[in-house]
Formats: sequence, C-alpha cells, structure tokens
Amino acid sequence: MHRWRGITTALALLGLVAVVWAATQTQSVQVRRGQLRETPTFLGKIGTTVSYGDRLEILAESAGWYQVRNPDGRSGWIHGSALSEKKIILKAGQSDLQAGAAGDEIALAGKGFNEEVESTWRSSNPEMDYSWVDLMESWQVSPEKAVAFLHEGGVQ
Amino acid sequence: MNRKIIILAILAVALVGCASVTKMGAQLGQGAGVLTEEQTQSINRTADAFEKSAEDILPEQEYYLGRAVAASLLGDYQALDNPSANAYLNQLGQTLAMASDRPETFGGYHFLLLDSEEINAFAAPGGLILVSRGLVNLCSDEDELAAVLAHEIAHVQNLDGLKAIDASRDRSKWITLGVEAARHLGTEELRELAGQFDDSVRDIVVTVANNGYARGQEHQADRDAIAILTRTGYSPLALRSMLAEMEQRWQGSGPGFARTHPSPTDRLGAVAADLTGARASTVSRIRAARFAAVMDGLSGS
Repeated sequence: MHRWRGITTALALLGLVAVVWAATQTQSVQVRRGQLRETPTFLGKIGTTVSYGDRLEILAESAGWYQVRNPDGRSGWIHGSALSEKKIILKAGQSDLQAGAAGDEIALAGKGFNEEVESTWRSSNPEMDYSWVDLMESWQVSPEKAVAFLHEGGVQ
Repeated sequence: MNRKIIILAILAVALVGCASVTKMGAQLGQGAGVLTEEQTQSINRTADAFEKSAEDILPEQEYYLGRAVAASLLGDYQALDNPSANAYLNQLGQTLAMASDRPETFGGYHFLLLDSEEINAFAAPGGLILVSRGLVNLCSDEDELAAVLAHEIAHVQNLDGLKAIDASRDRSKWITLGVEAARHLGTEELRELAGQFDDSVRDIVVTVANNGYARGQEHQADRDAIAILTRTGYSPLALRSMLAEMEQRWQGSGPGFARTHPSPTDRLGAVAADLTGARASTVSRIRAARFAAVMDGLSGS
C-alpha cells in the first residue's frame, strides 16, 4: 500500500515538474533553418520558418515535438532535435556575454569550429576536395516527397 | 520506501536525458523532505554531466567536422557519379532519417555512393553518409538497403563520430564558450583552432575507417535501425537478412566492415531478441522495380 502511494507521489511530482518546465522554458534553434508546422509531424503545414539562434518560447511537448512561439508571436511545432537549451548568441558583444553568463548556458554561434577554421584547415590541406561534399549537401528530399516515396513503394 | 522510489524516478528522468526536468525534480524532492541536500547536489551533478556530454559540441561545430571527415574519406574513396542512383539513395535515406530520434541536424542528412567494391559505409558527424557500391550490391531489396542506411543514421543520431574524438585532447579553444568567445579570433588563435580541428578530424576518420566503433555502439546502432525501420514501415527483418548475406561474404580480414565492425554473426546474435515477433513485409512490384533499376545502373558503373 505504502509502495503504491510512493509511486503515485513520484509520478505526480514528475508530472508537475514537466508541466512547470514546459511553461517556463525558452530554447534556441540550433539548426541552420527550421520550420514551425501546424501539427507535430514533418507533414504539418509550414506556418513560418526560424533561423539559427532564434529564441522560441516552449508552449507544450508531444512525443519529441515542441509547440513553440517565436518573438513575432507566431506559434507552431518543431522537432526537439532542432532546439537547444543553450542560449545561442549570434554576435559577440551582446549583453549576455558582457554580463559573463555561464558557458553552460550560452554559446556563441560561429565560435570554435566554423567556416573560418574550415577555410584555414583547407588551405593547409589543399588536397582536400570538397566538391562532392558541397554537391551532396544540395540534395534535399522534402517530407512530402518522402511520404510519396513510401506510398509509391507500398511501404506501410 | 517513498524516498527510494522518488530518487529512482528522478534518476530515470536523468537517464532519459532531460537535465532541466531532473534538476527541478531534485529540488522539489529536497523541498518535500525526501532528499537530503547532498543527494540533491549529487543528482544535479549527474544531470549536468549528462547534458554536458550530449551538448558540448554544438551542431554547428559538428557540421564543420562532418564536412571535413567526408572530404577526407573522399580522398581515399572515389564518389560514384551516378545521379539517378544517388537521388534514389537520398530519397530512401532522408525518408528514414525523418523517422529517427534525431531528424534535425545543422545541415541535414545527405547520402553519397562510393565507387568501391568494398563492403563499407561511413557516417560523418552531422549526417553526411557515404555508402560503397559493394555494400549496396550485397542488398537483395530496398528493405535491406534501408537497414544499411538506418544503421548509419543511428551512428549520427548517437553522436558516435563525435565520441571518437580523443577525450584527452585540449578542447579549451573550441568548447569553452562565454565571455572569452567575445574576442575576435587572432591569427595565432585561428592557427591553434585549425590544429585542434585537424586532430579531431583525424580521430574520427581513424575510427570510422580503421579502428571501428566499440562493439556496444554497433549493437546500439542495429537496435536503433530496427526502430527506424519499424517506424517507416520497412520490415526490421531486413536487417537480419542483410547481415546473413554479409555473413556469407565475410572474410574476417581486409578492408571495409571486416576491419571496423563486429562479425555479422555477433551482430545477428545481439539483435535476435529485438526481432522476435517482427513481421516480414511484402515488397511491392514498384518497390522491387525501382531497386532493380538502381542495381542495373550500378552494375554498369
């Protein structure tokens, strides 16, 4: 009896935590481009797009997808893998950096390994040919085409 | 009893990986008098360590590492210039990636065939995946090729490439973030960063091309591949039939998977329980035909 009461208490505690957490979180877009969709699926209609570093207010969570609101007040769903709990700063010198916020909580976009480092590395390794890498990055399959591909192939 | 259950519940959330929730749970647990301050701090440290290891490397940095790893591998392997086969590979691969636990990466998932008879595939960090003609030829249908690609996607999802970077390397310049980051990169700092970039790329390339991941990472990638196949509607049994075919051709030495992967027998044994009860799927005529068309194209390459 005690045991069940304990489990119930623990679950209620965690449920409360999850609700509080969802209601107070903001997260950063950590991918180059993201989409806010009307439903929590890649097939959801795109309402608006978001960019690297954009801060989004978390409204709800469902099976790995987050309902969010962007600074313009537009809301939609985005997959959690596109978001980071860190505050991603796009430009050095912003107030968060000047205030000395902890490194665990913020990150500077472009810091560390970036285009400039890649360029320096490539100049030291001229044998590296990026032409196929650049080409393959241009190959993009939309969610609609992905579904059509499965449907046509009878994948159920 | 209550205290134990609550601690276990909070730690279970920590293992799932949501550090913020875990920390809040620990604080509430302490407030409710079921956790001591020492236990609360211990749980918080566990949550921090989990989050740090998973998020230390921003996807943006992972992206540039992945590009360099792919470029390095393409110095050793020729890309297969077959637009229709590469388009097919991307249709299949990107579709599967959308069903993974990590569908979004900084630059997205992209797939390229290598003109090599070796049985080989490489997953560069961030989602650049290279697959040899030899490995595609081993597959008897689209479902088996899906199993191959799902396994590689799982390595990206699990950050296995990034975990190959020697942990003893000085990461101060590219991991430490915050006020220091506000400074403009000087020539010396840039040179130092390029050196650390070079070291990291080499660590990853040596692992994916020569040493291979740990056996446990390969088994996990197979289990994750089963999940991806099941979610998309491909038969997870295709992983088993693909590995059985690989076993037939396994030589135990030489280049490719024989050097970097556990034997197919070992992998088959590890996933046997996960495939219990899995249903075979019927490969439709169109699915068989589009796979056959690609294979015809490859044989002429």
